[in-house]
Parts: sequence; C-alpha cells; structure tokens
Amino acid sequence: MSAPRLELDDVRWSRSGREILRGVTLAVPAGAVTCLRGASGSGKSTVLRLCNRLEVPDSGVVRCDGADVAGWAATDLRRRVGMAFQQPVPFAGTVRDNLRVAAPDAGDDALADALERVALPASMLGAEADRLSGGEAQRMCLARALLTGPAVLLLDEPTSALDEASRDAVEAAVAAFVARDDRAALWVTHDAAQAGRVGDRSVWLRDGRVHDRGPA
Amino acid sequence: MNGDVTWVGLAASLALVAVAVALSRLMALRLEREMAWAAARALVQLVLVGWALGLVIDPSRPVVLAWAWAAAMVAYAAVVVRRRTPEIPGILPLALVAFTAAAVVTLGVLFGLRVFPLEGRTLVPLAGMMVGNAMSATVVAARRVVELGTDRRREIEARLALGLASRRAIRPYLAAAVRTALIPQIETTKAVGLVFLPGAMTGLILAGVDPLDAVLVQAVVMYVVLGSLATTTTVVALGLSRRLFTPDQRLVPLTRVADPAA
Repeated sequence: MSAPRLELDDVRWSRSGREILRGVTLAVPAGAVTCLRGASGSGKSTVLRLCNRLEVPDSGVVRCDGADVAGWAATDLRRRVGMAFQQPVPFAGTVRDNLRVAAPDAGDDALADALERVALPASMLGAEADRLSGGEAQRMCLARALLTGPAVLLLDEPTSALDEASRDAVEAAVAAFVARDDRAALWVTHDAAQAGRVGDRSVWLRDGRVHDRGPA
Repeated sequence: MNGDVTWVGLAASLALVAVAVALSRLMALRLEREMAWAAARALVQLVLVGWALGLVIDPSRPVVLAWAWAAAMVAYAAVVVRRRTPEIPGILPLALVAFTAAAVVTLGVLFGLRVFPLEGRTLVPLAGMMVGNAMSATVVAARRVVELGTDRRREIEARLALGLASRRAIRPYLAAAVRTALIPQIETTKAVGLVFLPGAMTGLILAGVDPLDAVLVQAVVMYVVLGSLATTTTVVALGLSRRLFTPDQRLVPLTRVADPAA
C-alpha cells in the first residue's frame, strides 16, 4: 500500500457532552478504497465529517497528505477531499446548474464527461434536478463531487437507498476514481458484500474506537 | 382647514366603537371590554404623542430634538424586533444597526436631495414611517435566516463540501429569505391607489390638501418604506447569516428556544 492520503491520529470528538469518538487512529492509503464499518452510532459519519472539516476534533490530529487539516483553508481542503452524502442533495435548477456549482467555468463537454463517469447520459444536463429518481440524483451528486477534482473521496453510505443498477454505477465510478493518480476513498458501508466488492481493506469502529482492521 | 376634526367630532366618531361593541355583544365575541380599552388607550396614547410632537416639531425649537425623537424610534424598533424574536440570540444590536442604516439611507436621500426641508415636522413623521413599516419585514427576514440553519442545513453543508466559501454556500437561501420579507411590501406598493388609499394620502386629503399634492407625498412615503425595508432586511439577513458559520467555514446551528407564541 502507498503512503496515506488521510490519517486520523488519536482523534476525540464529542457533542452535547457525549463522547462520540474516543481516540480514533486510522489511515486511508492512496490507490485504495478503505471501508469504514460498524454499528449505527459508532462514529463512522463523524470520522468522514472530520476529514473535510465539516467538524473539528476536540483533540488529536487529522492529516491530509501529511499536513494537519487545521492548517488548510477549508475551501481548498474540501475541494481536495470530496464527499458524497447518504441522501442525495440536489440543488434547485437543472443538472447543469448543479454541476456548475462545483465547476462554474466548465463547458457542456466537461459536464457531459462527468455524467458519463457515473453512467448518466449527457442528455440529462437540461433535466430539472428535483425530478431525478433517487438513484439518478445520487449519481449526479457523485459527479458533482468529482468535478472539484478531489484526491480523496468520502462516501457516507451513498448506495444504501439505491436500486442495483445505480449502486453498480456508483461502485464502478469510485473504482475508476481510485485507479488513477494515487487517489483514495473512505467508504462507510454496513453492507459486507459491498465492502467485499469495492474495498481493499476495512476498519471497524465500535463505541467510538477502532475495534478491528483487516482485509475488506 | 376643511378636514379639522373637533373634539365634538371625535366624540361622535366613538359611535363607531359603540357599533363594534354592540356587534361583539350580539355575536357573543366577549371582546367588548377589550374594544373599549383599546379605543381609550389608543386615544390617550395619540393625544400624548400629539402633545409631545407639538413640542418637538415646533419650528422655534432646535431640530436636534427631532433627531433625538427619531433616534428613540430607531432604538425602540430594535427592542420590538428583539421582543418578537426571542429565539434569536443577539438580535438587538443587529436590529439597531439595521434600522440605523435604513435611517441613514432614507433620511440621507430625502434631506440630502432636498425632497423635504430638514425640519422637525418632516423628520419625525418620515422617520416614523421608515421605522414602523420596516419592523415586520425585519422580523420575517430574521426568522427565515435562522430557519435556514436547520431547514436547509443539508443543502448548505453539501455546498460547503464542494469547497464553496460560506458566503457563496448560503447565498441562494439568503436571497430567498430577503425576498420573502420584501414581497408583501412590493405587492402593496404595486396595488396602491388601485385597491386601497394609503394612510398618509388619506390623512392629507382629509386635512384638505389637494389630492395631487397628497399623491406626491404618498409616493415619496412609499419609496421611503420600500428603501428602508430593503435596507433593514438585507442588513439583518447578512448579519445573521454570518452567525450560521464558524470562522473556519463550518455550519453551526443557532441556539433556538421555544417560540413563546407556540
């Protein structure tokens, strides 16, 4: 495995007096998909949110490419560490409008390429985003995240509510993403079969701590 | 003047309050005491204000008294906004800044461009129109922005996660909040004269002023209201939106307490 793209070093995080993460240490190596697994409430989503600084740790360090993310401009960090949420979040307007939020200067060809990466047709650019099916919306959101040119992708159970075809498209897009330029993905999933299909390794959380690590 | 109302005339108009009280009794609304109390209280308040205004806008007195009156109105409006939005922490200084900004803009234009002469009799009523009409819209804008922090949290975070700066992440939702606050006044402005005759113009016509002169004054008043609403809602929305984010561009929920009216 290559050097880690992301690292968490003894990270603690609490909300409303309740400690959610109790000293998490893990690494997300380049060129691989790391699956983050564990029961609901074990702190998986929090780990993702700490990686692109939607949250900040109470103590410990989160590093991206060896540098403490606290030292990055949040806007730069988030373009380098993209995120796909569990529920798709389409913005108002067309698919083109949505993609241009991530890449304001991109032409239609570039936007069509982005859609192709998630197995959506270029003809969808003019469609209203709030009329897409759940699977189409989630794939559009993934294309939107990829348009910022991230080196790392954070995926928070993005396929948990999708049909098989959409799930396969998302999995293929992420596999293609990590296959180039030493990119990496950290994928939260409850689905052992999915971890087996997409993951190179898994990290299990339990009660806010790393409980186990191993092959996916 | 033709439109002068004598004390006898005022007493006669109390017949209309009697009509309202009678209808309340007829319909068993149990609002008779409240109606009578409201009518009496309004009269006392207006007489007191009229007496005080007489002192303030007397041409022989310095105009600084009128400025002090306007400043008091601005401060009181901010207090009213805070009272109506207890769920929003720190709204008082923001509302104070917003109304002050609106006063600077509207009164600056009116007196700077010599639309009206700068006198107590012009300054006080115009400041009153500016402040009084902007309060409700300011409350609406403030509430909508705070609701953004919860209702639109997922969308705003998704925009942040794409690397947008917080100002850009919230911009479309902020615009929607200000639009919501402004549209009723824009509709009112469009309908004026067609659907209803507004207060200032009606008052002037009743007082015997030529209707065309009354129209000119009313048009200026409408523009004052529009300008002040746009200013206060924008300042409050921008000010509150900054509190939705930490300095390092994370979204934080504003502390909300239960709505006492709920």
